[in-house]
Amino acid sequence: MMRCEGLSKTFLMHTRGGTRIPAFNDVSFRLSGGEFLGINGPSGAGKSSLLKCLYRTYLPSRGAIWYTDAASQTRDLAAADEHAILRLRRHEIGYISQFFPVIPRVSALDTIADSMVARGFARETSLLRARELLDRLAIPRSLWGLSPSTFSGGEKQRINIIHAIIARPRLLLLDEPTASLDAVAARDVVSLIKELKGEGTAMIGIFHDRALLMSLSDQVVEMAPVRVGGVA
Amino acid sequence: MDDGVLLSVRDLRKRYGPGCEFCCELTGPEHSTNICPRCGSVTAVNSVSFDLKEGEILGVVGESGSGKSTLVQCIYFDQDATHGEIRVSGHGNGDDILGLPRSTKRKLRSRLMGMVYQNPLRGLRMDITSGANVAEKLLEADVFHFARIRERAAALLARTEIPEAYIDRFPKSLSGGMQQRIQIAKALANNPPLILLDEVTSGLDVSVQARVLDLIRELQRELKISMIVVSHDMGVIRLLADRTLVMKDGCVVEQGLTDQVLEDPQHSYTQLLVHSAL
Repeated sequence: MMRCEGLSKTFLMHTRGGTRIPAFNDVSFRLSGGEFLGINGPSGAGKSSLLKCLYRTYLPSRGAIWYTDAASQTRDLAAADEHAILRLRRHEIGYISQFFPVIPRVSALDTIADSMVARGFARETSLLRARELLDRLAIPRSLWGLSPSTFSGGEKQRINIIHAIIARPRLLLLDEPTASLDAVAARDVVSLIKELKGEGTAMIGIFHDRALLMSLSDQVVEMAPVRVGGVA
Repeated sequence: MDDGVLLSVRDLRKRYGPGCEFCCELTGPEHSTNICPRCGSVTAVNSVSFDLKEGEILGVVGESGSGKSTLVQCIYFDQDATHGEIRVSGHGNGDDILGLPRSTKRKLRSRLMGMVYQNPLRGLRMDITSGANVAEKLLEADVFHFARIRERAAALLARTEIPEAYIDRFPKSLSGGMQQRIQIAKALANNPPLILLDEVTSGLDVSVQARVLDLIRELQRELKISMIVVSHDMGVIRLLADRTLVMKDGCVVEQGLTDQVLEDPQHSYTQLLVHSAL
């Protein structure tokens, strides 16, 4: 489904007189449906930057990300036009970010259901599935009609997760999905992830819990901070 | 025109003044000005090109004087572009419409576009009621059946959450937020495929701004209208736009997915803009 070749990212900060900040260098891997690719490495190694490049929130500096979509068309995500990327994000590629972007004033239930409606599902079906998942991840019903902006970190994270998986993406990018969760909630999320995996979703994930990462992964990419020419 | 593209703009330029051969090269972000040093003309819009797909929201962000408002005014035919081509899918056989006579452009505009201005005085007639403002738009599109006009105007005003009691009131006696809603209702009157919004929430109180933005989001999702949203506020752009153009001194310095432009800006000006946001 995905073949990443020599992917590298360096930030060029014009506002700092042209300072170059390398994020990561020369990452390559292949991934099939139903496989879990774990990304491991210390803080600052560029793990989140790698995921953001795959989602095209960051523009890769070098390399290619060959992705074969549901219609069996293969394109390089690093160079694809914006409309193609938007279509893939809407229909196939999900992303659970490390921080929780919240659309203010929209209820948790609607935020989640909308993700499925955007993919063409009927509103009723989407609401049904949203409620199912909200129950599954133990979000109290009293909160369903409220905007997640006032939720606790763990609750926001769970809403974030449900929002990304509700429409069963073909490829799911996960950036620390259990970071703010207690052991029980984390276990519920992991079981959801395993289910999706069983249904054929390909996944690329960062987990701070190394044991968890290893237990889920079929393969692992090890990342280390890029050394900037001698000076610390 | 490509598949699914609603509006195609190529090499659009707007110059105020006599112009000379150097205007385009000697103005722009590298020169930090939109005034030609040779002839003094203002190159308000300097060679802008983009495609807008059906159902898409395009953001245009930039500071004062960037040319963003002039750009949409040229698209809406409020201003005459100096140069360039505009094509709209389904109209004129895919030919350029900028070159058409004024009266044809006015008719096309009624059918194809709605516009919401920052200043309601530009978009509304203060001497007729809110309902009449919306009705006028319907008349422009040759809808003459009185009952139908009244019904449609009432439906639109309800959809934009304007209380029924205000239908027969004059816009000047209503608040800024209400006036913007009337503009939106008016812009929607003929079910246009494209709506242009020029700084529609600047100057409004934050709570009012929030509700107007929410309304715009909902309407867009329900009706799948294509939109061009001009704003200097990156929060508005982030909330509404799928893709964004960044303008400075009349030129587009960067364009891309909104999240990419805001989180991984490539051009030095975009970086400055993004890092300056509160």
